[in-house]
Amino acid sequence: MSAYLRRAWIVVWKDVLTERRSKESLNALLFFSVLLLFIFQFALGPERARVETALPGLLWLGFILAGVLGLGRSFLVEQENDCWEGLVLTPGDKSAIYLGKLAGNVLVMAVVEAALLVLFPVFFGLDLTGALPRLVVVLALGTLGLAAVGTLFGAITAQVRARELLFPVLLLPAQVPVLLGAVSATEIVLAGQPLAEAAQWLKLLAAADVVYLVVGLLTFEFVLEGA
Amino acid sequence: MTRALGWLAALALVIGLGAAFGYAPREAVQGNVQRIMYLHVPAVLTAYLAFALVFAGSLGYLFTRRLGWDRLAVAAAEPGVLFTGLTIVSGSIWGKPTWGTWWTWDARLTSTAVLFLVYVGYLLLRGMVDEPDRRARYAAVVGILGAANIPIVHFSVKWWRALHQPSTILGPEPSPIAAPIALTLLVNWIAFTLLFLYFLARRAEIARLEESHAG
Repeated sequence: MSAYLRRAWIVVWKDVLTERRSKESLNALLFFSVLLLFIFQFALGPERARVETALPGLLWLGFILAGVLGLGRSFLVEQENDCWEGLVLTPGDKSAIYLGKLAGNVLVMAVVEAALLVLFPVFFGLDLTGALPRLVVVLALGTLGLAAVGTLFGAITAQVRARELLFPVLLLPAQVPVLLGAVSATEIVLAGQPLAEAAQWLKLLAAADVVYLVVGLLTFEFVLEGA
Repeated sequence: MTRALGWLAALALVIGLGAAFGYAPREAVQGNVQRIMYLHVPAVLTAYLAFALVFAGSLGYLFTRRLGWDRLAVAAAEPGVLFTGLTIVSGSIWGKPTWGTWWTWDARLTSTAVLFLVYVGYLLLRGMVDEPDRRARYAAVVGILGAANIPIVHFSVKWWRALHQPSTILGPEPSPIAAPIALTLLVNWIAFTLLFLYFLARRAEIARLEESHAG
């Protein structure tokens, strides 16, 4: 077990190191999320009330759009310098690689989400501090589901034609439950209600996370196999 | 064999059509428009059968690595998407006169639409990969996730509607279905299943020819 986790950790470490040195994804992704805020503002107009009613949806729209870009890229680095071969040749259970990639993706999403959560209140004049601890629970459950499917589909689409188009086309319909659950739970939390009010949605998100994780862990080796 | 199945399906469809217009009674509340049900319900039941077979074919392929299972999956997925589309379109035509709208974000409508999108994505993915072995692997993974997702989609959409507003649409079907209606429905269901099996056999045959041609 510890060897398994160590292999997963090595993948995370490798990706973090690559990202720190190349600064390829995260900078652009953060800039993209700021850009989204501007787009939302222009699309909705200056009225405060409108933004406030749409806030849970806007937040998740931001996370999902950033996810579509970020998660879709997560296996593209492996296409350079035959890194893919290296992954295929790795001894042991291949699902450790999936777990490592997933953890890396959750990390990237967490950074983007943190940035959006800081910037949203600033640009739209809102105060989220009271709801923040409860919001983090919703974010964690929603992000795990998004990243679990995104990592699996990202590995598939990295190896096919028209991947930029195919990735969202596969990911978005599969994420309907996560989007519905996360937006509804966020709405409840932002209305100042306790987490218990959103229990049904949190359970749904947790169940979805478990199903996606299990499918991802079990099927990843078939995706990785030589291209 | 396949040809015989085709003729059998055609015969069953003609009988089903005849029953839908000649034998089944005119529905008291909705009138003749209710007869769309004899297309709508068999289509959706057939679509569910098709997606169950996609799931079975996907699992079968990953376990055995025999392309026959993949042929089953693709041969079921294409008519499955077709029948789901037919369900949505026929439901829309039925909805306009009875509910007064082509589309509403009702739980069942929404989850059927999501199902349609998931399997259109599945077919798009298949179109992007050329090697049969790779295509089969990727498609199987997406097919398995899609099937595992169906109950999650179902509940999420159901609660989403339930929490926002109670269903304002009344399903005007007579609760204990009258015998002639049930019988007509059954005949049409059998006819659609036969038609689906015919499509399945034909499509699997085409897939087999494609593979032997390429290899």
